[in-house]
Amino acid sequence: MTANGSVRPSYAQIRAWLDAMPIEALDVKRREAELLFRRIGITFAVYGEGGDPERLIPFDLIPRIIAAEEWARMSRGLTQRVRALNAFLADIYGNGEILRAGKVPEELVFKNESWRPEMQGMQPAAGAWTHVAGIDIVRVDADQFYVLEDNCRTPSGVSYMLENREAMLRLFPDLVSSHRIAPVARYPEELLETLKSAAPPACRSDPTVVLLTPGPLNSAYYEHSFLADEMGVELVEGADLFVDDGLVWMRTTEGPKRVDVIYRRIDDEYLDPLSFKPDSMLGVAGLFAAYRAGAVTIANAVGTGIADDKAVYPYVPEMIRFYLGEEPLLQNVPTYLCGRPDDRAYVLDRLHELVVKEARGSGGYGMLIGPHSTAAQRDKFTALIKARPEDYVAQPTLALSTVPCFVESGIAPRHVDLRPFVLVGRDIRIIPGGLTRVAMREGSLVVNSSQGGGTKDTWVLES
Amino acid sequence: MKLRIRHETAHDYEAPSASTVQLIRLTPRSHGGQRVRYWRVGDGSWPSFEDGFGNWTQFRAVQRPHGRVRVVAEGEVETVDTQGVLRDTRETLPVGAYLRETGRTHPDDAIRALAEDVLRSANTELDRLHTLMQLVRDKVDWVVGATESTTTAAEALAHGRGVCQDHAQLFCSAARLLGMPARYVSGYFWPGEDGRDEPASHAWAEGFVPALGWVGFDAANRQCPTDRYVRVAIGLDSFAAAPVHGVHFGSGADSLAVTVRVDADQ
Repeated sequence: MTANGSVRPSYAQIRAWLDAMPIEALDVKRREAELLFRRIGITFAVYGEGGDPERLIPFDLIPRIIAAEEWARMSRGLTQRVRALNAFLADIYGNGEILRAGKVPEELVFKNESWRPEMQGMQPAAGAWTHVAGIDIVRVDADQFYVLEDNCRTPSGVSYMLENREAMLRLFPDLVSSHRIAPVARYPEELLETLKSAAPPACRSDPTVVLLTPGPLNSAYYEHSFLADEMGVELVEGADLFVDDGLVWMRTTEGPKRVDVIYRRIDDEYLDPLSFKPDSMLGVAGLFAAYRAGAVTIANAVGTGIADDKAVYPYVPEMIRFYLGEEPLLQNVPTYLCGRPDDRAYVLDRLHELVVKEARGSGGYGMLIGPHSTAAQRDKFTALIKARPEDYVAQPTLALSTVPCFVESGIAPRHVDLRPFVLVGRDIRIIPGGLTRVAMREGSLVVNSSQGGGTKDTWVLES
Repeated sequence: MKLRIRHETAHDYEAPSASTVQLIRLTPRSHGGQRVRYWRVGDGSWPSFEDGFGNWTQFRAVQRPHGRVRVVAEGEVETVDTQGVLRDTRETLPVGAYLRETGRTHPDDAIRALAEDVLRSANTELDRLHTLMQLVRDKVDWVVGATESTTTAAEALAHGRGVCQDHAQLFCSAARLLGMPARYVSGYFWPGEDGRDEPASHAWAEGFVPALGWVGFDAANRQCPTDRYVRVAIGLDSFAAAPVHGVHFGSGADSLAVTVRVDADQ
């Protein structure tokens, strides 16, 4: 829906379909969808909330529609942004031109926990750093897309993009076939091609790719096993791999097999007890050394967190100008860094109208939504910001657009964002669409699944 | 001065270990104060790379049951005395990167107080680093066995006793608080024929003075490095510059024997 309450033209058919469908029928379909997702086993463990770790993420039946020309604009902006983020990583771990030019403050990088000095001088194969990037986008009006945050480490959620389409095909085959929707099913194949294209140059044969997971206790384990399965590669844990003769090997029933590319879904610090956290049991001893010696590709590269840090985010438009000589096609939300005295004073003055986030946090934890906050919550954040100002950033709340959703009370507008997945190997590929997350509570702006957000299918229409 | 060095590290496992993987930073590089005449680590076949700080690093894995793992490095280095001032070192990172804190160099109130003492008693940057070197040694007695390899700078200061590693880390922590980039150095020191101590692996620190560049400070010996020092690896702390660091999987206890021999031709 647009700001003035009218329905976008691309929703015309959905409108007619909803008008013709009794609410009771939708309710039946909703229960059917839930059964479907339970049977697949797609669940999401919620950190720090207790309760049912096997909770389903609510699935909204009404698809979100993106017109072809909207998508074309968005995907140009995504390609531009991700090219700049990769250039930034190559530069930060290389010559540091952007620091020397004074465009990004040196201490913001070198004192940042996400910067890894161990990576200095590294030149990953194919120049690819963020093999999979998830860029969270919101729309405020017909032409304005804002990036809320970049996810350059191990972004998750793509399995929902694929399963949501699968569910819609089963629940509403006629509605799906009455639209010309860009397919998403090729994602695993494109991901595998991307990973193979970034194999070490020394790898001469068809590269062996594995997916490294922390194990079944991880909240995204379902996605790890799903993607490994869809790509037809081995799902491994740290104990399944070892380093010998300078190379990385996988234990198999037929003996050791050489590994060329590791799509890892574990954090930097846990990759290798020899180079990082010494007490980590999840990683592989010697893996980082083999990586630095060029024997294996780790995707995403180690140390990419510096590109998606919330305190670095305000500088992304400058990166686009600096590395590409272009004006940003996607907007940045104005961001105040509480580590800067002027910004801090401004933020503390206007807590009731700002969103305050932890600079290193993710998943919507430790967040203050000013307009919906109590005086006690604001007092708590005032104390937190004063104690550790560098740890907090603040942004104005945006007048987000809404899309129709099927909620308890019937069909109602809800705020959404979109996480498209951008693949970076020898070239950049984007599957049309992404994961649409829905703030299921009325008026809420928080879409994180850990905060009770839901998802819905995203249809990019072909022109 | 010509220094001949042999460094042997041997891990002995009581019960055979199933797997050992080691990172080895035992290769000195030539720069203004030292020229490496020849050098060899192991049998020369271990894979290697240059790490983020510019250290030439070997890594080796033993993936079959074994009772002992041995690393030998040896070679000859010609040195000249530069009063601790470094020239033409391999620099991979901008100087500002060496202001970064690490777990082992994270300052506490006592280190902050130490840094303030330095600020009160010295004016120029070079003076401050010299004063800091003396203060660190005043506050931390050189006692072998009082600390461990994982002891932090703050712990060593609280303890009041430690070895060269603790002195170097404390120096780095306080210098960074004073806004001066500092880094940890591992290497060798020849104590001289009349030296009381056995030669051993040594560690000191380097601080950055804009007018001079990097300058070495050996707080343990209260002096700037001379031609009796061979500089091998650098890092933000002792973990990043560790000469030999390993992970092994096995059930039994292990013992470590390190033998260093340094001979000099003057």
